[in-house]
Amino acid sequence: MSTPVLPKLVGQRIKRREDPRLIQGLGTYVDDVKIVGMLHMAFKRSDIAHGRITSIDVSAAKAMDGVEAVFTGKELAEFLAPMPIGTPFPSPEHRAVATEVVRFTGEPVAVVVAADRYLARDAADAIVVSYDPLPAVIDTEQAMTGKPTQIHKDFPNNLALPLIPSGTGVAPDGSSMDDTAVNKAFAEAEVVISQRMLNHRLAPSAMEPRGVVAHYEPGKGTMTIWSSTQNPHILRTMIAALNGMGQDQVRAIAPEVGGGFGAKINIYAEEYVAAAVAKKLGIAVKWIEDRSEAFVATIHGRDILCYLDLAAKRDGTVTGLKMRLIADIGAYNMLLTAAIPTLTMLMANATYNIPAIRATLTEVFTNKTPTDAYRGAGRPEATYFVERGMDLLARELKMDPAEVRRKNFIPKDKFPFQTQMGAVYDSGDYEKALDRALKNANWPELKKQRDAAKAQGRLVGLGLAMYVEVCGIGPSASLPTGGWEHSQVTIERDGRISATTGASPHGQGNETTFAQMLADQFGVPLEHITILHGDTSVVKQGIGTFGSRSQAVGGTALHMAGTKVKTKMAKFAAAMMEANEEDLVFENGKIFVKGAPAKAKAFAEIANYAYIPVPLPPGLEPGLSDEAFFEPTNNTYPFGCHISMVEVDRDTGEPRLLKMVAVDDAGHLINPLIVEGQIHGGLAQGIGQALIEEVVYNSDGQLVTGSFMDYALPRATDFPRFELDNTVTPTPVNPLGAKGCGEAGTLGSTPSIVSATVDALSEFGVKHIDMMLRPEKLWRIINGGKA
Amino acid sequence: MAQVSITVNGKVRKANVEPRLLLAHFLREQLNLTGTHIGCDTSQCGACTVLIDGRSAKSCTVFAVQADGSTITTIEGLAKDGQLHPLQEGFWEEHGLQCGYCTPGMIMSAANLLKENPKPTEEQIREGISGNFCRCTGYQHIVNAVQYAASKR
Repeated sequence: MSTPVLPKLVGQRIKRREDPRLIQGLGTYVDDVKIVGMLHMAFKRSDIAHGRITSIDVSAAKAMDGVEAVFTGKELAEFLAPMPIGTPFPSPEHRAVATEVVRFTGEPVAVVVAADRYLARDAADAIVVSYDPLPAVIDTEQAMTGKPTQIHKDFPNNLALPLIPSGTGVAPDGSSMDDTAVNKAFAEAEVVISQRMLNHRLAPSAMEPRGVVAHYEPGKGTMTIWSSTQNPHILRTMIAALNGMGQDQVRAIAPEVGGGFGAKINIYAEEYVAAAVAKKLGIAVKWIEDRSEAFVATIHGRDILCYLDLAAKRDGTVTGLKMRLIADIGAYNMLLTAAIPTLTMLMANATYNIPAIRATLTEVFTNKTPTDAYRGAGRPEATYFVERGMDLLARELKMDPAEVRRKNFIPKDKFPFQTQMGAVYDSGDYEKALDRALKNANWPELKKQRDAAKAQGRLVGLGLAMYVEVCGIGPSASLPTGGWEHSQVTIERDGRISATTGASPHGQGNETTFAQMLADQFGVPLEHITILHGDTSVVKQGIGTFGSRSQAVGGTALHMAGTKVKTKMAKFAAAMMEANEEDLVFENGKIFVKGAPAKAKAFAEIANYAYIPVPLPPGLEPGLSDEAFFEPTNNTYPFGCHISMVEVDRDTGEPRLLKMVAVDDAGHLINPLIVEGQIHGGLAQGIGQALIEEVVYNSDGQLVTGSFMDYALPRATDFPRFELDNTVTPTPVNPLGAKGCGEAGTLGSTPSIVSATVDALSEFGVKHIDMMLRPEKLWRIINGGKA
Repeated sequence: MAQVSITVNGKVRKANVEPRLLLAHFLREQLNLTGTHIGCDTSQCGACTVLIDGRSAKSCTVFAVQADGSTITTIEGLAKDGQLHPLQEGFWEEHGLQCGYCTPGMIMSAANLLKENPKPTEEQIREGISGNFCRCTGYQHIVNAVQYAASKR
């Protein structure tokens, strides 16, 4: 009788190991952290968009019982340096708390430290700030005129980045530019499509607002900082640097993190202030963001304007592309602000073999909350602009939107493919994803349904979009933090396994997927494995979770560390069993010589031998623990196709998403259930952008959508059931063949919905509608107005 | 200060509270029941949903003093004798959560829904949880989780 063999877990829909604590309310998020004697912070924030601070009266706040301290920006500046950024571009000074001038509504002007959070808020409200108001500039293109105001003195016309070119004929370092090929493509074009498009501003809106607890222990001279962050190691680096401490003296902890979506990559003013104040006063201090604060104090996403020109032949072949991008980055550069729109340029090729491309990028300051990474971060914008362009071309040529795309795909035998934009696409089979989506959507039948609905007077339309994104972010040349990831795998003395990862999750389920990988690698039960993350004193090194990199980069580091330990364990097993280490099989919690499972030794027995090595095999050190850094040689480029069907109510202009078919290719999948969840979530955010989400400012720079009463976050009733499928095109960039899936859903869904809505309203002669698709906007089109 | 006596997860809790203290903060700060989360300040998100006298309520919109004399169930009180509630089981089985922050409130709202309508249609489920935001899942797996729980009852 042979015992049943443990099933292989990689590739299986394993339910998550994180869930038991979370479904019982037993997770520990940052607001659940309590330190004895801990005080609370609250910020006084600017209620105007632009102005010079003339006075701050903190006397009433200071006089309140239970108020420990109040710091104005100027007082903080005496012991807190300006906030650093993570990009190489020139940047104006940015103080965590404004010292002289406020530049957006919600910018901090003072901070209160008090005994409890209600009292801290009372005291902050009792601070009186007087301003000499300055004009605010909200419109991006108006800001570029330098009128009516210049926001930063060294940045004329509010240009954070005047212009960087990229694409065909541009030297890699940007030092020279030759427009010949692009000009020729447009001069010889049979059709030219030109369209101005806005990919509008969004609020990331993780359900857990941000928060921080900073605990300075004067006796030890050490700092522990808990934060709702995607990257505790980057937090540690920054907090140490700004507090004059060594990285060995700062411990950063990302406890349970309630969503990030890119917005929790940045290291924020409140984190720097909490740490500095904790150190100054020798205390523990907590700050938890209100949702109303989150709308102004957490970065926004997107807000990129594009002037797109597409040159093509009448058979649908695209011969040239021009993309003039203007990014509205708000009032300051944050950690990665300046870099995000460069990803839009990088992905201008989309899935197409376009022979001549010229993209340019200008970044502009306005009196708004700064932008930075939001799920997709630059790639949804590129996808949106190019895919809308392809749709306009299809409409102009009266071609099926699928066929115009098929005509221009990078063929599958051309990978790795060097794009005009400098990217090297690792692998791809775009036609396969398109065909699968067309088949799943039953495209010809769907078109008949649309036509039948239109014949009945209903406004129904179809949209289709392809996407390719850049994931698995590194390599190190592309990130100021380094682009690797780190892992340490330890076989404990009892044969259980603990492993660390620097890819700090906030909902991605790494405790499950990474354990699946180790279970297979070592032939042990999943229950014997613990994945440790989110604490820099436990996880020695790391970068973090963003750019859909956890699996592709972090997972590979784990695999490499596991391989090192397994190799060593095999040497101990070989010594104990007097066997050849190459002949050993790790299976079912046992190790045995191939073909002789009856003489197996228990996994735990070998582990114990490695820690009490009598005799110690020659050339071996005791113990079973090793680490690995994985430095990817390239990014990964997942892709897919999203098809949607939209109906617009003729009477009210309200759009409704009837169908969403998605085919995504993220390479090999470790846990398809978790991947499905990631795609669903991405789709929801992409659909939200197209249909209901929009950050709106009035002309004075007041945020109109300052709470969930006005900023429409999608609800369960806003979505149909998503229809998912996937193709598998592994990446050669890492040994897992995994590409990344966290952001994919936001890419194709958005342009496909806009195209479907334009299609629904085609009888009114409309060719393009800027998002979000507010019913009023659509109603006006239906009633004879313009988009 | 006002004295309150509130039965929470089967235990009577007496406390002196500020009249302005929100029930959500009372549960979290004074009773250390931190499974009830706070995700907004305008009663939209539903992360703070608990059952007050058997009906779902957003505990950030209720003062602790208003809950005086009531019986409250929070997420921590849902599992009985080490047995997960069918909804908790459903959320686990169907991958109804990612970051987990909205989950306690979502489960409490769904508990209310299933009490009123034990066999809801998909549309009724979506309607029933529309007072709760989730930013991670796109809701489909949450709907599956509620369907799972409904089928177990």
